[in-house]
Amino acid sequence: MSLRLRASLAVEIHAELCRAYPEEGCGVLVGRDLGGAREVERAIPFENRREDSRHNRYLIAPEQFLAAEKEARAAGLDVVGFFHSHPDHPARPSAFDLENAWPFYSYLIVSVERGRAADSRSWRLAEDRSAFEPETLEILPEADPLARVPSPARGGVDGR
Amino acid sequence: MKTRTRVHIPTPLRPYVAQQSVVEIEAATVGEALRELVARHDQLRRHLFDESGRLRRYVNVYRNEEDVRHLQGEETPLSSSDTVSIVPSIAGGSQGEGGRSQSATVPGARRGPAPPAWATGEDGLPPLGPEELLRYGRHLILPEVGLEGQRKLKAASVLVVGAGGLGSPLALYLAAAGVGRIGLVDFDRVEESNLQRQILHGTSSVGQPKLDSAAARLSDLNPHVRVEAHEVRLTSENALDILRPYDVVVDGTDNFPTRYLVNDACTLLGKPNVYGSIFRFEGQASVFDARRGPCYRCLYPDPPPPGLVPSCAEGGVLGVLPGVIGVIQGIETIKLILGVGESLIGRLLLFDALALRFRELTLRKDPECPLCGERPSIKELIDYQAFCGIAPEEQAGAEAADWEIGVRELEAQRARGEDFTLIDVREPHEYEIARIPGSTLIPLHHLPERMSELDSSREIVLHCHHGQRSMRALQMLRQAGFRKLKNLRGGIDSWSREVDPSVPRY
Repeated sequence: MSLRLRASLAVEIHAELCRAYPEEGCGVLVGRDLGGAREVERAIPFENRREDSRHNRYLIAPEQFLAAEKEARAAGLDVVGFFHSHPDHPARPSAFDLENAWPFYSYLIVSVERGRAADSRSWRLAEDRSAFEPETLEILPEADPLARVPSPARGGVDGR
Repeated sequence: MKTRTRVHIPTPLRPYVAQQSVVEIEAATVGEALRELVARHDQLRRHLFDESGRLRRYVNVYRNEEDVRHLQGEETPLSSSDTVSIVPSIAGGSQGEGGRSQSATVPGARRGPAPPAWATGEDGLPPLGPEELLRYGRHLILPEVGLEGQRKLKAASVLVVGAGGLGSPLALYLAAAGVGRIGLVDFDRVEESNLQRQILHGTSSVGQPKLDSAAARLSDLNPHVRVEAHEVRLTSENALDILRPYDVVVDGTDNFPTRYLVNDACTLLGKPNVYGSIFRFEGQASVFDARRGPCYRCLYPDPPPPGLVPSCAEGGVLGVLPGVIGVIQGIETIKLILGVGESLIGRLLLFDALALRFRELTLRKDPECPLCGERPSIKELIDYQAFCGIAPEEQAGAEAADWEIGVRELEAQRARGEDFTLIDVREPHEYEIARIPGSTLIPLHHLPERMSELDSSREIVLHCHHGQRSMRALQMLRQAGFRKLKNLRGGIDSWSREVDPSVPRY
């Protein structure tokens, strides 16, 4: 299982989540499910709908989800997952993430350390809801040589 | 009644229902549809319901375009054209994560208890603060209310139409109970004669708009409640917009046009209408919800002819009576919000204060009802004044003016020694309180048999308390052939205010 993300999209997502720091940022990943792997075509950032505890909680409301789904359908795509940040916390799902998880979707978590994106990992819920299982995050180089590909050495996308 | 309903399954759950995007289910309510769905597709159960069998907090259920949380939750009824959709909300966050180690051992393992939902509100219901826990303690220890029920009350919104006799006790108890948002519709000012029963208002607020005094009283009673004032007359033009943002509507009106208007607007919007009415020593209450039972029109398809049923201002009302009926409306409203007990839907409760008896009638939905029957003909709000046979104000005013005389004019006629007969059509006990010197008492209901006492060749001036009963007396006499008639505008009340203050006002 893997999640494929163009580098420019990863940069967009990171920028969005750094803007939200010290609060959690969030959004929807739209793309194609190809069986095991899925390709993200668009990332739609959403306002964090939590009214409190936004430093360690996020919420994408049903109407936001419906809006994203509509946009996806119109482009012949599907909602394939979500992204959110863990400000000053590792990019691993919390117990709270697990309790609220939907099956099928990819959950891309970005650790934002002191305002900078430090680590990104993607997860899917296990069939029995007992845990999140890691999936490979593939960052695809851009066809455009001018696109800024974040370097892992600078604390970029993959972090390792 | 079970109907066939289409349940839309979101992409992530399709693997558990053989990749179908729509499943057809026979069910009467949303809750029943979901339970039938997981009974058929057991793999789906753990994704929709938690271990205690409750819908998971991130599972949102829509009936057509509306979140059932804003309708009646799992009790939301279904009809054959409805579709049910399961819509994800996506939540999470870093909290609950213990150490900062990057070496993920067991991803997502539970670490320590998360704060309870009632304190954070993450299950969609609003959280309760410490003062609220203290305030609502007696509710919280009732298993039928408890934390969840109290939070449902806080999440709920109720529109009270009329801040008068019924609206007063009702709004006070709803605010005290912690209903989160209370809307009030009224455009009157507080008068002394209101204070005998309208306990929202006090002597110090006489002359103020009722909504000002109501909002002040309710906010003082419970600062956790949001009071929304709609200082307008409810009309066919504004009713849908005013009612729409509320979960439950309570009818505390005192006239037929508004009662039909509230009923029709509630039915068109699919909202429950908690009904109450009072007269003298008797009251009625019911809950009209056309989705689950009859509406007011099933009970009373046509309004009474204008003037047949006197208002409380004309007929009187025992001040404590609206307390009983308003509080029954309050109980029904709170039961609807909590989803507990047996509602008054389909039952008409009759209360007789003199005999101190409650009776109950069973109400049936009328399949021929023009509003909620099988072939409805009313699909939008109509002109309720015309429906109730009440002429538009200008027209009625112009017509009435021809037959009216003002109190000063009458006094001038008297001073000039002009010849006329003054007939008082009030009741003997009113005559005892106050009378205009020289008047003859013929109570309205005795007028038909006592008409022969009147001389049609002399001018007859009719009066009552405010001028309404005497206007009806005038119409009766006109039909009997009398022509030299005048109605005293404003009745004995105006006489007392403008001509002779020694005549007591009541």
